[in-house]
Amino acid sequence: MNALAARRRHPAAIALLILLGLVVTGVAYATFAPKQADAATASASSVQDGKKLFLANCATCHGLQAQGTKAGPSLAGVGAAAVDFQMGTGRMPLAAPGVQAPQKRVQFSDDEIASVAAYIASLAPGPTVPDSDVSSGQGGNVAKGAELFRVNCAMCHNFAGSGGALTRGKYAPSLRDVEGKHIYEAMVTGPQSMPVFSDTNIAPESKNDIVAYLHSVDKQENVGGMALGNLGPVSEGLFVWVFGLGIMVAFAVWLGKKAA
Amino acid sequence: MSNDRNGSSDDPIDRLRREDPQPEAPANPGMKAVGGVAGWLDDRTGAAKPVGYLMKKVFPDHWSFMLGEVAMYSMIICLISGTFLTFWFVPSAGQVVYDGSYLPLRGVTVSEAYRSTVDISFDIRGGLLIRQIHHWAALMFIVALSVHMLRVFFTGAFRKPREINWVIGCILSMLALVEGFAGYSLPDDLLSGTGLRAAEGFMRSVPVLGSYMSYFLFDGAFPGEAIIPRLYSVHVLLLPAILVGLFVAHIGLVFIHKHTQYPGPGKTNDNVVGFPVMPVYAAKAGGFFFIVFGVLALIAALVTINPIWAYGPYDPSPVTAGSQPDWYMGFADGALRLLPGWLEFTAFGFTFSFNVMIGAILLIPVMYGLMAAYPFLERWVTGDDREHHLLDRPRNNPTRTGLGMAALTMYGVLMFAAGNDIMAIKLGLSINDITHILRAAFFVAPPIAFWVTKRICLSLQRRDRDLVLHGRETGRIVRTADGQFFEQHEPLDEYTRWLLVQHDKQEPLQLTAGVDEHGVASPTARKDKLRVALSEFYFKDRIDPVTPAELAAAHHDGHALEAIEEAPHEEASRPALESSHRKPRKRP
Amino acid sequence: MSENGTPHGEVVGTGSNGYGASAVRLDQGHIEGTGGLPERFENPGLPPHVARMADLDEKAAKRAEKQVATLFGLSSLATVGFIIAFFAIDKESSTYIPGIGDASLYNVVIGVLMAVALLGVGVGAVHWAKTLMPDAESVEYRHPQRAKDEDRQRVVSELTAGGDKAQLGRRPLIKYSLLGALALPPITLVVPLVAGLGPVPKDALSKTIWKKGDRLVRDPERTPIRADQVTIGSVFHVLPESIKDSEHVLEDKAKAAVLLMRLNPEDIKPKKERDWGHEGIVAYSKICTHVGCPVGLYEQQTHHLLCPCHQSTFDVTQDCKVIFGPAKRPLPQLKITVDSEGYLVADSAFREAVGPSFWERGSA
Repeated sequence: MNALAARRRHPAAIALLILLGLVVTGVAYATFAPKQADAATASASSVQDGKKLFLANCATCHGLQAQGTKAGPSLAGVGAAAVDFQMGTGRMPLAAPGVQAPQKRVQFSDDEIASVAAYIASLAPGPTVPDSDVSSGQGGNVAKGAELFRVNCAMCHNFAGSGGALTRGKYAPSLRDVEGKHIYEAMVTGPQSMPVFSDTNIAPESKNDIVAYLHSVDKQENVGGMALGNLGPVSEGLFVWVFGLGIMVAFAVWLGKKAA
Repeated sequence: MSNDRNGSSDDPIDRLRREDPQPEAPANPGMKAVGGVAGWLDDRTGAAKPVGYLMKKVFPDHWSFMLGEVAMYSMIICLISGTFLTFWFVPSAGQVVYDGSYLPLRGVTVSEAYRSTVDISFDIRGGLLIRQIHHWAALMFIVALSVHMLRVFFTGAFRKPREINWVIGCILSMLALVEGFAGYSLPDDLLSGTGLRAAEGFMRSVPVLGSYMSYFLFDGAFPGEAIIPRLYSVHVLLLPAILVGLFVAHIGLVFIHKHTQYPGPGKTNDNVVGFPVMPVYAAKAGGFFFIVFGVLALIAALVTINPIWAYGPYDPSPVTAGSQPDWYMGFADGALRLLPGWLEFTAFGFTFSFNVMIGAILLIPVMYGLMAAYPFLERWVTGDDREHHLLDRPRNNPTRTGLGMAALTMYGVLMFAAGNDIMAIKLGLSINDITHILRAAFFVAPPIAFWVTKRICLSLQRRDRDLVLHGRETGRIVRTADGQFFEQHEPLDEYTRWLLVQHDKQEPLQLTAGVDEHGVASPTARKDKLRVALSEFYFKDRIDPVTPAELAAAHHDGHALEAIEEAPHEEASRPALESSHRKPRKRP
Repeated sequence: MSENGTPHGEVVGTGSNGYGASAVRLDQGHIEGTGGLPERFENPGLPPHVARMADLDEKAAKRAEKQVATLFGLSSLATVGFIIAFFAIDKESSTYIPGIGDASLYNVVIGVLMAVALLGVGVGAVHWAKTLMPDAESVEYRHPQRAKDEDRQRVVSELTAGGDKAQLGRRPLIKYSLLGALALPPITLVVPLVAGLGPVPKDALSKTIWKKGDRLVRDPERTPIRADQVTIGSVFHVLPESIKDSEHVLEDKAKAAVLLMRLNPEDIKPKKERDWGHEGIVAYSKICTHVGCPVGLYEQQTHHLLCPCHQSTFDVTQDCKVIFGPAKRPLPQLKITVDSEGYLVADSAFREAVGPSFWERGSA
């Protein structure tokens, strides 16, 4: 104890104390954060067609006939679009039950996903994978897409598609650098918390406009400099407190210090 | 009247004229260069004396004294850049179709205010830079003035004779929030429109007058076409005029009072030790203006602020996730997020919206009211009527420092609450949990902050005592002839020591008598008791600075010191003895 | 509480040095008690002045001079660069800048040059002051803030005398009429200002433009919606068709925006909600009952509606009751039905005021 006390004025003590604080914060965070288990990769090497793939990778939760269980919803009528979205963005298969399926590394090849999609589509009719002429954003009207995006999407996904919080740990994911096909599929299938924006609600050409707008946001240069995550005033406030004030104080300390 | 200067008229008016100094021919021909323009001015204004006085004025050097300057310069930069913006900004809610160079907005119906702001950002050369400087400077202004206020508070610089200036500062700070909010609302983008939408909801919560206030302010139904031009004249004319006026008074009082200084060798309550305006502070403060401006320009060059083109024009139907006000309004927005819904109720057919009113209407005036009242409260509690020009080290006034930290914690909880959605998504937490935790923290955290801060202050004071009494630990271990080990301590030099012992002993007030000579209870007895109780609260657990006697005793041996400290003299200070000698002390 | 008045109930400091009395010189050590040692330490005075390198060594001073001149020169160069960049760089050009990504070259370059121009002057001036200007502390003495007693006395007596000369005390009629004459005229400014600010709301806050038979149309396309187009789990952002005839589009939209959702009818608990809807299609005001943000965040699995401004959460299965957050009242429901062509129409206007609460809301 005395040895510790003697070193408490050591220059490294402050650094150590800060480190300790960070560790404590980190541990507290890990305790409170919604749990994420280790990713368990499904082995799919020898599966040949969609049904086999389905039985091996999906049936545990969705049932042998895709009829749904307590752990997962029925897939009858979700269509190929849902499969292509869920598996194509790595959300399925689910690594672990949680508040929401996170986007992660895609675990299947395009062919494998296509075969599972074909299998699910064969069970009951549902939304199909969109044609690229309505989902690539090519030729879309960016201004109209922006307006549609603000009315229908921005309240959850944020004005720049940076994502936003929903209730109880759920969230609207970021839409930056997402393939147009997947954006379209999400709209028609309404994955997880997201409501459905069927073609009778937002016409396919309008969906193409929305994709065009989102792609223009992705491609857009940061006109004014660093975008700070496009999160609005919170990140701006944080920046001005940390860096703005930090730089000013550094100059003030230099100014007030006697020259050597 | 005689024109003869050498005449011998006894008319007093003529005598006055004769005795007037002759303006021409300066005594020293070498001074002629200076005498030219300056002399011409002085002939007409008599400014030489006050200017000479100002040039010799001494300012103490400390980095924390520059925080107020950062605020002042940021404000000036806002005025400069704001003037630039007014040349292009069109304060009108009239609807037009955008056809400028930003493609994702082409053909969209927007307001003139929005279009002109997008034009400033994309079509006016350098417009975006100036706009970003203006907004960053506004944020910096309020950051700097807030931290400046904290510095003034924690060092006790608000004490007599500076209470008026503290109150002026509080008003400045509050008006700066309003000024900032008005500016944030002007571009009429989706975010600022949502802010105005909420502000309209705030107004409606006022009992009796709410809906009238809303209709008067917006000239009818929200959003209307009046609010943008009205806010514009408030933002560019009314509030800047008041801010500049108050700020001149603020600075004027600093000149009258002379700047406070931190305690230290050679610094007393009767002097200012520092550097004169001419030349040192002219260069330092003048240079610092350019530094602040330069840093803000650098930030504005590299970091986007308020990308209104991305938010899109205001429309009451859409909204964006992460709708927040600028940081300085965060605490009020956070309060609104934390207040529970049951605070709204109807009675006698009328709606009482306290869930909105407390956070949106009452919080800011109450907070600033308490802040402005604090110097007077503290003076009443301590009974301290002296002038203070030497600052307190925050540790030497544990109760004030603790109260300040408690208030700051409360403010911080509210401010974090305003970012609960961003925290939820960035940290992967549940927005509901964050809100529940912050609701509890609003009540629990400030007392903890008070207690912890006070304990830290007291520990730091004990450490100061320990240092004075026993000197610095050198880390050299010495073995005595009889086998004892001890660490050598190096006594402090008198300059270092002075900083640790310079402060005053603090004493609570005592009630001399609750009754008058006839045994009748004093009419003010209750107030006095409260005052004494508060004073006791304020000063309990105090630690006195080391006295020369204590130091002398410590140099001889621990026993003598113990004898002094055991005397029923002060509760004070646990003597900082070696652990073998240390024993708990009872309060007398 | 007077400082030296009543003998009773007086609160005084107990300090040995007369706490609360006159100003105390902190550097005065009182010699008393404790074995001839002073009660306090004495202020040792300014520490000995330590000379800077530039004070001792002419070479160091020359170096400092060069540094300052370099900074000033850099500033001028940056200004020249700024002027060139301002006109030479294409406003539209975009470049990859490390740490920022693709950014407008124009804004970054002129901003950085402006910063260099300003920082050059500022840093140079401060460096000059620090290294070459005198660095021995000056001492200025303070005087008590209060004026001398005789001056205070004189002001008071002159004020009193002035009042006397004006016969203020002897002419109460003037005194009181003057008070009124000074206090009242500002009203001539306040009244026109307040009265001219805006109209009286009357019942406008309680009404929207929705009326019976008004078709529900999509926002922003303004196309009507057939009931069979609304699939389960979808959400439509809706306006009344009559918005196209509105003369105050934004004002009407700010009250009339509606959210249309289709749920499985079994999920809807209250009968009223089912009755006011159409086969599980329900329409609710989108304007939050807290402070009026659009409540647009619909979670189709939990049927929760979340407001992005202050996180009020409404449960669509329970008639949009508040289940979390600062709002108190449920979102008002719009009663809907279908017309002969199968399009969704309002079956009545809103039955209560939409949006944030206000004082006379209940009586409207």
